[in-house]
Amino acid sequence: MALAPVELWPASASAYAREIDRLIWSYTGLILFLAVPIIACLVVFAIRYRRGSDADRSNPPVHGLRLELAWTGLPFLATLVFYFWAADLYSRQWVPPKDTLDIAIVAEQWMFKAEHPGGQREIDELHVPAGRPVRLVMTSQDVIHSFYLPALRLKQDVLPGRYTTLWFEADTPGTYALRCAEYCGSEHSAMGGRFVVLSPKDYAAWLATFSVDRTLAQEGEALFRRLGCSGCHGARSVARAPSLAGISGKPQPLADGSIVIADEQYVRDSILQPKRQVVAGFAPIMPSFEGQIGEEDLVRLVAYVKSLADASAEAAPPGAAVEPPR
Amino acid sequence: MATEALPPLAEPFADRRQQRTADELGIWLYMATEIMMFGALFLGLALYRVTWPAATAEASRHLLKWIGAANTAVLLTSSLTMALAVLAARADRQGRCVLLLLATAALGLAFLGIKAYEYHDEYTQGLMPFAGPGFPLQERGTELFFDLYYLGTGLHALHLAVGIVLVGGLALRLLVDRALLPDRAVTVAVIGIFWHLIDIVWIFLFPVLYLVAR
Amino acid sequence: MSIASADLAFAPAGEQQPSYLSAGHSLRSWLLSTDHKRVAVLYLVSVTGFFFLGAIAAALIRLELITPAGDLVSDDTYDKLFTLHGVIMVWFFLIPSIPATFGNFLIPLMIGATDLAFPRLNLLSWYIYVLGGLFTAYVLLAGGVDTGWTFYTPFSSLFSNTHVVAAACGIVVVGFSSILTGLNFIVTIHTLRAPGMTWFRLPIFCWSHYATSVILVLATPVLAMTLLLVVAERVLGLGIFDPNKGGDPLLFQHLFWFYSHPAVYIMILPGMGVVTELVTAFAKKRVFSYAWVAFASIAIAFIGFLVWAHHMFVAGMSLYAGLVFSFMSFAVAVPSAIKVYNWTATLYKGRVSLDAPLLYALGFIGLFVIGGLTGLFLASLAVDVHVHDTYFVVAHFHFIMVGATVHAYFGALHFWWPKMIGRLYPEGWAKAAALLAFFGFLVTFFPQFILGYAGMPRRYHAYPPEFQVLHMISSGGAGVLGLAYLLPFLYLLWSLRWGAPAGDNPWGAAGLEWRTTSPPPRWNFAARPVVTWEAYPYQDMPKPEAARGD
Repeated sequence: MALAPVELWPASASAYAREIDRLIWSYTGLILFLAVPIIACLVVFAIRYRRGSDADRSNPPVHGLRLELAWTGLPFLATLVFYFWAADLYSRQWVPPKDTLDIAIVAEQWMFKAEHPGGQREIDELHVPAGRPVRLVMTSQDVIHSFYLPALRLKQDVLPGRYTTLWFEADTPGTYALRCAEYCGSEHSAMGGRFVVLSPKDYAAWLATFSVDRTLAQEGEALFRRLGCSGCHGARSVARAPSLAGISGKPQPLADGSIVIADEQYVRDSILQPKRQVVAGFAPIMPSFEGQIGEEDLVRLVAYVKSLADASAEAAPPGAAVEPPR
Repeated sequence: MATEALPPLAEPFADRRQQRTADELGIWLYMATEIMMFGALFLGLALYRVTWPAATAEASRHLLKWIGAANTAVLLTSSLTMALAVLAARADRQGRCVLLLLATAALGLAFLGIKAYEYHDEYTQGLMPFAGPGFPLQERGTELFFDLYYLGTGLHALHLAVGIVLVGGLALRLLVDRALLPDRAVTVAVIGIFWHLIDIVWIFLFPVLYLVAR
Repeated sequence: MSIASADLAFAPAGEQQPSYLSAGHSLRSWLLSTDHKRVAVLYLVSVTGFFFLGAIAAALIRLELITPAGDLVSDDTYDKLFTLHGVIMVWFFLIPSIPATFGNFLIPLMIGATDLAFPRLNLLSWYIYVLGGLFTAYVLLAGGVDTGWTFYTPFSSLFSNTHVVAAACGIVVVGFSSILTGLNFIVTIHTLRAPGMTWFRLPIFCWSHYATSVILVLATPVLAMTLLLVVAERVLGLGIFDPNKGGDPLLFQHLFWFYSHPAVYIMILPGMGVVTELVTAFAKKRVFSYAWVAFASIAIAFIGFLVWAHHMFVAGMSLYAGLVFSFMSFAVAVPSAIKVYNWTATLYKGRVSLDAPLLYALGFIGLFVIGGLTGLFLASLAVDVHVHDTYFVVAHFHFIMVGATVHAYFGALHFWWPKMIGRLYPEGWAKAAALLAFFGFLVTFFPQFILGYAGMPRRYHAYPPEFQVLHMISSGGAGVLGLAYLLPFLYLLWSLRWGAPAGDNPWGAAGLEWRTTSPPPRWNFAARPVVTWEAYPYQDMPKPEAARGD
C-alpha cells in the first residue's frame, strides 16, 4: 500500500495567509518559551529533590507575593501582544474593500453552489481571479455549513435564513482545497472540492467556456417581471412603492425613523418579510414572497437590485452590473 | 489535641441549627438553578422581542389580559397565605398553619383552573401553533411568541402543580403527626421558599407576555 | 508546633470499628445505602462502565481513520460513533468522574463530617444518573443518534432522523443528577466542617469542588432548558431555533455554549484539586501559595461564565463581541497558569517520592500546559478562523479532557485506592501504566495539532490521502493508550483480593481522610475530629521515611 506524501503545512495562496503563518510561528515561539521552563523545572525538581537525595532543603519557601505577580503578570502581558495581533488581522478581514467581485454561494446538503455575476454556475468548485478582491455572499438552504478555504486560512459558517460574507484576495494561482468545516450530516466529509485561483487572463478564458445567455442580474430582471415586482417598483408607479434605482449599499430611511443600509441582507429580508422594515413614506402593502422563492432565485433578484445601483430603474442596460474581469 | 467523644450520629448533622442552615442553603441553591433555567426562556423572549417587535406586540394583544391579571392576584394572595403559614409554624400554632397551607394549595388550584380555561379559550381560537394548522396570525414571529408563551406558562404550571402537591402533602402530614412542630418548621419554610419562587417567576412572566404590547 | 503521629489519627487505637465495606454484603445493602462512600463506589462502577463504552466508540473511530477512504463503517455509523463517544464521555464519564466518585467519597472525610448534608438526595442523584444512562442505552440499542454531542440546530431539530429526543432527554436527566450533587457539595462544605476546620484550612480539593459545584448548579439548568427546546421543536414542531419561522439557530449556540464552556471547567477543576493533593502529598511539602491556588479555582469558575462565545468566532457574530470574548478567553488562562506555577514551586525543596500517583500528576501538568497554551491559539481571533472546527480543536480539548482530567482521575484512583478498599495496588504495574498513558496520549493527540493546522476538518468520515500518515500515527498511539487504560482495570481488580493490606496512611499524607482507618467506618471517624492545624502541615509531621517504614 503506497501512502501519499505527508502534508505537514498547508499551501498558502494569499498575503493574508502568509501573515497568519508568521503569527503562528511567532506564537509557537512564545509558547515554547513559556512551556519549556515549566516542564524542565518539573523534571529537575522531581529528580533533584527525590526522597533520599542529599539536596539542600533548608528554608523551603511556601509563598511569595512578588513571585506570584511576576509569573502571572509577565506571561499574560506577553500573550496580549498576540491578542492584539490576531484581533487586528481579524478586524481588517471584517471590512471588504470597494469594488469586490461578488460571488454568491448557496450551500445545501451536501454541495456548495457558486454563481458568478456573469451567470456562470459551478458546483463544489470555486474559480476566482488572482490579484482581485473577491467577496462571497453565502447562505444555506438547509442546515449550517461552513465554507473553509485552508489555503487562505479562512472559513465562515453558512447559515440558513441569512447572508454571511467572506472576502479575500488570492495572489498565487493554483488548485487548493475547498471543504465544509461544520458537521452537516451523512456526507459532510464529501462536501467540498476544489478552490482554483487563476490568473486574470485564465479566469476570463474560464468564464468564456460557459455558454450563458444571461448574467445573474439579467436572470434576476426576468424574475422581477415574472413575479410582478415591476408593477409597483417600476419608474411609473413610484407612488405605491419606492424605486429601487440606486438604493443598493445606500442608507434608507425607514417608516419607524431608523435608517438601514440597503445591503444584500436587507434586500433579501424585504422580499420575504416586506412589512418588517418599510421605507419611510410608503404603506406596508407589499405581499410576502416567503416560501415562493428559493435561495438561488433570491440570489438573482438581489443581484438585479444591486445592478440598479448606479442607474435609473428603467434605463439600466442589461448586464450593466457585470464588470469585465480585469 | 482534644477530641470530643460522641456516639455515631444517625444524621450528618451535629444539631438542629446546623440542619436548618443546611436545608435553607439547599433550597436557595435549588432556586438559583430554577432561575437559571427560566432565565434561558426569558432570554429567548427578550431576543425575539427585539428581532420581531411588531409581531410580539401583535401576538401579545391576543392574550387575555384580564385573566392574566386575575391570576396574578390569586397567586400573590397565595404567597401571602404561605408566608403566614411559615410564621404560624415558627410560632408553633399548628391548626392555624394547616389552615393557611390548605388555603395556599386551594389558591394554587384556582390559578391552575383559570389557566386551564385560558388555554381552552386559546385553543378554540386556534392560537396553539403546535395543535395543528389554522394559526390565525400571519405575521412572522407571532408563532415564536406563542411557542415561548406556552413553554413559559406550561413550565410554570408544572412547578405550581408540584408546589400544590408539596403544600397539600405537608398540610396532611401536620394533621396526622401533631408532634412535627416547631422542630420541623424549617420544612414549612423550605416549601414556602419554593412557593415564592413560583410566584416570582409569574411576576416576571405576566408583564413580559401580557403587557409587552403597551 | 510539632504533632506526634499518634495525635494525628482519629482512628481508634485498640478495637477496630467495622469498615463501610463490611456493613452488609447483599446487593440491597449497596443499592439502598445512603453512605456517601458506598454511593461513591456505585458511581465508580457505573462511570467505569460508561468510560469503556465511550472508549470502544473511540477505538472504532481510530480504526476507521487508519485509511483515508471510509471503508470500515458507513458514514452514518461513523457519525453515530463520534456522537455517542462525545455524549458518553462528556456527560456520563468526565462530568461525574472525579466529583461523583472521589468528591463524594472524600469531601466528608476531608472536612471531618460523617456524611454529605443530604445523604438520601445523594443516593437519589445516583439513581437519576442511572435513569439518564438508561435513556442513553436505549439510544444505543435503538440505532443511535448522529448530531454530534453539540446538537447544533437546525440539523438536530429539523434534519436528523435519528434518536435525538431520547438522547437529549438522557442528558437533561443526567444533568439534574449533576445539579443535585453540586448542591449537596456546596451545602456540605458550608455547614458540616468539623470544629476548627476553617475555610483556609480546607484542602484545595474541597475548594476546587466548591467552584465546580457552583458551575454545576448555575450552568446545567441552562443546558436542560436548551435541550428541552430542541425536544419541543422535534415533538411539537415549535420553531424557537427554526429560521423558517423566524427563529434563530445561533440562539441555540449561545445557550449551548453558555453551559458547555463552563462545563469544560466542571471537567478540569476537580482534576486540578486532585493534582494539588497529589503534588503536595508526594513532595511532602505544603502547597506553594495556598490562598492563590484556592482563589484561582473560584476565579476560573467566575471568568469561565464569560467566555462562551469564543466557540462562535466564525458563526456570524459581531466584530465587537468577538473582540470582547477573545480578550476574556485570554483572561481565563491567568488563574490556570497560577496553578501550574504553584504546583511546580511546591516540588522545589520537597521530599519527592516518584510513586505512580505522582507520575499521573506530573503527566497531568505537562499535558495541561500544552493543552492550555494551545487554547490561547484558539482564543486568538484570526488564528481561530483557520483552525476552528479542525483537528487542532480536537487535539486541544483532548489534551485538557483526556490528557489532564483522565490523568487526574487515574492519579486519584491510585492515591485513594488504599483508603477506599484498604489494600495496596501493585506499584510496578501502576508506574508502567502511568508512563504508557502519558506517552500513548502524546503519540495519539500531538499529530492532530498538525493535522488541524494543515486543514483537516473534524467529524470527517473520509479524508484526503495526504493526511494518512499522521492519522496512522495517531491510531497507533490510541492502541497504546487503550492498553494503558486497561492495565489499571485489571490490576486494581486483582488487588481487591490479593493486594497487600494498606494500613491507615500508606503515603504518610496529612489530610484528615488519612487519619481514620482504611477503609473508613460507616461514620468515618471513631471520634469527632477537631482540627487545630493549618492545611498540609508536613513540616510538623514525622519524616515520611519513618512513617512509611522503608
